[in-house]
Amino acid sequence: MTTEKTNTKLHLDRSLALERLKAMIRIRRFEEKCAELYTQEKIRGFLHLYVGEEAIAAGVMPALDAEDAVVATYREHGHALVRGVPMNAVMAEMYGKAEGCSRGRGGSMHLFHEPTRFYGGNAIVGGGLPIAVGLALADKMLESKRVTACFFGEGAAAEGEFHESLNLAALWKLPVLFICENNLYAMGTALARSESETDIHAKAASYQIQSESVDGMNVVDVESAARRAVAAIRAGQGPYFLEYRTYRFRAHSMFDAQLYRDAQEIKEWEAKGPIVRFQDWAEAANLIHPDDVEKIEADVASEIAAAAAFAEAGTWEPVADLTRDVITGGKQ
Amino acid sequence: MTELTYREAVRQAHKDALNADERVFLMGEDVGQYGGCYAVSKGLLEEFGPERIRDTPLSESGFTGAGIGAALGGMRPIVEIMTVNFSLLALDQILNNAATIRHMSGGQFNVPLVIRMATGAGRQLAAQHSHSLEGWYAHIPGLKVLTPATIDDAYGMLGAALADPDPVLIFENVMLYNRPGILEARVADIASAAVRRPGKDITLITYGGSLWKTLEAAETLAAEGIDAEVIDLRVLRPLDNAAILASVAKTRRAVVIDEGWRSGSLAAEVSARIMEGAFWELDAPVGRVCTAEVPIPYPKHLEDAALPQAPVIVAAAKSAIG
Repeated sequence: MTTEKTNTKLHLDRSLALERLKAMIRIRRFEEKCAELYTQEKIRGFLHLYVGEEAIAAGVMPALDAEDAVVATYREHGHALVRGVPMNAVMAEMYGKAEGCSRGRGGSMHLFHEPTRFYGGNAIVGGGLPIAVGLALADKMLESKRVTACFFGEGAAAEGEFHESLNLAALWKLPVLFICENNLYAMGTALARSESETDIHAKAASYQIQSESVDGMNVVDVESAARRAVAAIRAGQGPYFLEYRTYRFRAHSMFDAQLYRDAQEIKEWEAKGPIVRFQDWAEAANLIHPDDVEKIEADVASEIAAAAAFAEAGTWEPVADLTRDVITGGKQ
Repeated sequence: MTELTYREAVRQAHKDALNADERVFLMGEDVGQYGGCYAVSKGLLEEFGPERIRDTPLSESGFTGAGIGAALGGMRPIVEIMTVNFSLLALDQILNNAATIRHMSGGQFNVPLVIRMATGAGRQLAAQHSHSLEGWYAHIPGLKVLTPATIDDAYGMLGAALADPDPVLIFENVMLYNRPGILEARVADIASAAVRRPGKDITLITYGGSLWKTLEAAETLAAEGIDAEVIDLRVLRPLDNAAILASVAKTRRAVVIDEGWRSGSLAAEVSARIMEGAFWELDAPVGRVCTAEVPIPYPKHLEDAALPQAPVIVAAAKSAIG
C-alpha cells in the first residue's frame, strides 16, 4: 500500500517540472509536424489535433501504472505519446506504414498498442465508454487492482452510451476513471447549443459518481486531480469522473474553416495555454531556466525528425495481405 | 442420449461452459432473477451467483460494449440480447468495435465475445420483436454468425463460439425453443453446412427456424416422387461455399429458403454464389422463398402469410423442376 500512497501526492520539483513541460512540448511539436506533413499529403484522412489540450494527457498519464488500461478518442496522439507508445510507431501509423503501432491499418484515429494497454483510438463519439466499463468489469471480476482510464470530449455527454456507461460503472462499482476533456465545442457545435445542462460533471454526480471539475489548462491541477481520483478508485470506491475544462486552439480537423467561433476567443485561450502558463510559472519559481526549454526543444525536434524519417523509410503492407487480421488466423 | 428441448440444450451448454471455464459469464437483461426472457437461463443465477449471471439495466449498447471490453480484458463473456430488434441499439458496438478492433489494431487485440439473441417470427409479437436480421449481420467482416437449428447445434455451438478468438453471434429462432429432441453430439463445428436430408432432384438451402418447414416440404415432395436434398447452412458467415456448390452440382436445381426479407437478403447472397460457382450446372434459375416485404404484422393469419411456409417451399421446388 505504500506505493499507492506515495503515488497519490504530487511533489513538484525541478525534474518533475521538466518532465511535464517536455511531455507537453513534445505533443505540441509532434502535432505541428503532423499538420505540416498533412499539407504535404504524407498524412491523409482525418487529422484531429490536440493543440491547447496537452496538459490533460501530460497530467493524467503519470497518475496511471503500467498495468492500467487507456481508452481514448480520435484526438489521441498526445495520449499515445505520453502513455509511452513510441513516437516512431505513432508517426509510421500516421503514414499508414506497416511499422505503425496498428500496422498501418488504423491511421491517426485508431492508434492501438498492446504493450502499454492502449485500446485505441475510437472514432465513434462515446463508443469507447462501454469498452472501458468492460475492461474495468474484467479487472473487478479478476480481482485485479488495475484502473481503466477513459478519455472523451464533452460532446460524448449527449450520447446514450455516455449515460449507459456511467450508470453501469456506478451500479457495479467498477474501477473506471472517466476523463471528460471539455473543450467547449463538439466539432462546430458549442456546448450551450447542444446541452440543456452544461455542467458536465454534474451529470456524473447524478449517477452517484464522485466527480470534479478541474482547470484543464493547468498541468499541476490536472495531475493532482488525477492522482486523487486514481487513489480513490484503487481504494475500491468505484468509478471517478474528472471534467477538465480546456480549449482546442486549432480547427476540429484539417477540413474545418472554424466559422463557428471568433478569432478573438481563440487568442484569449491561447494566452492562458498550458505550455506558456506552466513554463512562465516554473521559470518564475526558479524550477527551470530558459536554457532548459532550449534543450527540450532541441531534443524534441531531433526525436520528431527521426520519427518522420522512420515513417518515410517504412514499408507499405503488400496488397496480398489485404484481408489479414479480419479474423484470427485466416481470411474470410 | 438425452431427450430435452432446444431451450434446455442451450441452458445445459451454458452450465457446462460456466463449469468448465471460470472466465465465462453471462450478462443481459433479465438473465438472472427473471430467468431469461425466453427462460434459457432459468436457474443459472441460483447455481452460479450474481457475479457470473449478471442482470443488466436496459442499455443494450452499454452492456454489449462492456462485453467487448471484458473480452479484451481477459474474460469470456456471453452477452444475451432479448431479441434481434433490440440488438439494433447495440449495433454501434457490434459493428464499429467488436467487428473492427482486431483489424484496426493490426492484430494486437482480439475480442473473444459471444452474443446470443432470439430471432424470428411466429409468436404474434408484431413488428418490433419478430424480425430476422441475421442475414444483415452476416454482411459484416470480422463477425461469425451462427444459426443453430437442431438440438445438437443448440448445445454444441455455444462451446465452439466460446472457444473462438473472435466475436461470434448466435441467433436462436424463437419457434425452436420448445422443440424436443435428442442430444447426440456434444461437439459442434462452426465452419460447415450440414446435409439434413440427402436427395438427388433439387437442393433446398435454408437455416434456423426454416429448416423444419423445409424438411416438412421435402417429405411432401418425396410423396410426389421428388427427392429433395436439404442443406442447413448452420453458419451464415463465413458461408460454406463448397457444400452449397457440391450439392447443386449434383441436383442441378436449387431453392433458398430464408426468413429474412427478400431484397438484399442472405438468400440473395447464396443465389449469387450459386450463379458465380455453378451457373453451367444449373437446369433452372435459383428460386427463393423469403419473408414478404412487410414489417411483421400482428394477426396470426397475416403473420403466417408473411413467412416462408412448407406449401410455398413445395411450390417453389416444383416450379424449379418444371
